Amino acid sequence: MTDALLKVEDLKVAYGGIHAVKGINLEVKQGELVALIGANGAGKSTTLKTLVGMVKPTAGSITFNGENTARLAPYHYVDRGLVLVPEGRGVFPRLTVEENLQMGAHTRNDKGAIASDMARVYDLFPRLKERRLQLAGTLSGGEQQMVAIGRAIMSRPKLLLLDEPSMGLAPIIVQKIFEIIRMIAAEGVTMLLVEQNAKLALETADRGYVMESGKITLADDAKVLLANEAIQKAYLGE
Amino acid sequence: MNFAFMKTRHGKAITYAVLAVILALLPWMLTGGFENGKSWVRAVDFALLYIMLALGLNIVVGYAGLLDLGYIAFYAVGAYVYALLNSPHLAAILPAWLIGPNFIVMLVVAAVFAGMFGVMLGTPVLKLRGDYLAIVTLGFGEIIRIFLNNLDRPVNITNGPQGINNIDKVHFLDIDFGRPMEWLGLTFDMVHLYYYLILAFCIFIIFVTLRLQHSRIGRAWVALREDEIAANAMGINIRNVKLLAFAMGASFGGVSGALFASFQGFVSPESFVLMESIMVLCMVVLGGMGHIPGVILGAIIVSITPEILRDVINPLQEGIFGRRVVDPENLRMLIFGLAMIIIMLLRPEGLWPSKRRAREFHEHDEEAQA
Repeated sequence: MTDALLKVEDLKVAYGGIHAVKGINLEVKQGELVALIGANGAGKSTTLKTLVGMVKPTAGSITFNGENTARLAPYHYVDRGLVLVPEGRGVFPRLTVEENLQMGAHTRNDKGAIASDMARVYDLFPRLKERRLQLAGTLSGGEQQMVAIGRAIMSRPKLLLLDEPSMGLAPIIVQKIFEIIRMIAAEGVTMLLVEQNAKLALETADRGYVMESGKITLADDAKVLLANEAIQKAYLGE
Repeated sequence: MNFAFMKTRHGKAITYAVLAVILALLPWMLTGGFENGKSWVRAVDFALLYIMLALGLNIVVGYAGLLDLGYIAFYAVGAYVYALLNSPHLAAILPAWLIGPNFIVMLVVAAVFAGMFGVMLGTPVLKLRGDYLAIVTLGFGEIIRIFLNNLDRPVNITNGPQGINNIDKVHFLDIDFGRPMEWLGLTFDMVHLYYYLILAFCIFIIFVTLRLQHSRIGRAWVALREDEIAANAMGINIRNVKLLAFAMGASFGGVSGALFASFQGFVSPESFVLMESIMVLCMVVLGGMGHIPGVILGAIIVSITPEILRDVINPLQEGIFGRRVVDPENLRMLIFGLAMIIIMLLRPEGLWPSKRRAREFHEHDEEAQA
């Protein structure tokens, strides 16, 4: 338990000449729910994309489960258990809910276990079970987010990366999504959560990092961060 | 009509049995029923070749969603590979063991060659989609044709615009497919023999595409078509899956091309013009992209209709006007184009679409009703 599942050291990412991430360190331990909060354009999403190879880092190291995973091709991460639920959900709009979930298990071969995972996802999201034969593109935003999370669970992630799960959703739906995130965490799935909704994220997480223009400015227990005055002013609107 | 009984196990068996009998007897019904029956069997032979082509293109366009406007190039590659190895043209230059190889070996060689050309086209266009991909593939198709047209100098490989003549007919299982054969009191002419040969390969290719559809690769192609980035995030190796689609589709074209060359006995670059690529694409789109029965239907309609029109229009014109007013060739294209426009307006999803595709086009109707 002492070794971190994910360890990011001095990570730097640049798009052309623009430095989006300027040397950050962070780690996620087995079983933890860690939140990465910050304003728009702080580099949070870029960090997540770099973790799954969709963006290549310019410097620094990423160690996942004891292996250097920086700069692998994007399709290698699912096998290793590093799964991203992308910003804006990224479901397959013209496939049914069930087909979307099956896509999540694409790299797996164990038919029986896939079926039982499918049942588990439907237990978590009874709503999706009702709509399993509906095209994902015709679902509401919240339901699509459920499909995206369910699809990620179908890949049996060791570490689930969530990019802005609350984006574009009504407050009541956001509450619901976070309830589900807590439920998944309670089942022992390790998660790294990127959120603009700092209050909700910190209330849900064990630990938190605060990111500001490409740098991590604060790192502490979520409760401590919630009580921090500067954070309250900057992010919590209090 | 009620097709429900066909879905039961018993009904399915009966349907297949009836279909098999019809397919087995078709050439005899044609030669028995029509004065120029042999030319009809010939038309059916070509329809079967087009079914193979359409199914191959369906993998690239229908499954993987990669618009290919130069597909006929792979047909050309298959045809020329067969032609070069089975004609006197290169017989003096090539080592003897290369000339006239076993028929099955020959088809495999044609398929592999065409598949390699598929990868050759696929590699540079990995990052292209939609219109841009269409333009590059269109160019590729033309490049192949122009090469075939001009590779008679400095070394004469393809014999240029004159094409390659005297291509051997298939010899297989002690049957010479070029000679009439007596069997069971029936005379099997070349068109009949080729009918059964091409039909066998056609059924094989239908079987392969059916298996592919619900395989892991089939699902990867669907994911690729729907959303490349999301597919990547599912752990799908986009590059390999795309190249596989190109290679697979191309190899079907290659097999079809090789059969074409031996059937026709003659190949020239003229058979592989852009219009042919467009025709094959029409078959796929008209029938129902991504749906195997639909694609087969499309291929039959598009390849047989002109033959029917040819037989109908001339007598009709002569009957009405006493002479030929419009060249049937031009009229055919006119009617054909009009039919395409009407069908695309009324049934954009194709004549016999998959359930999925029909839903995509009519999801809004459902919403409107709800």
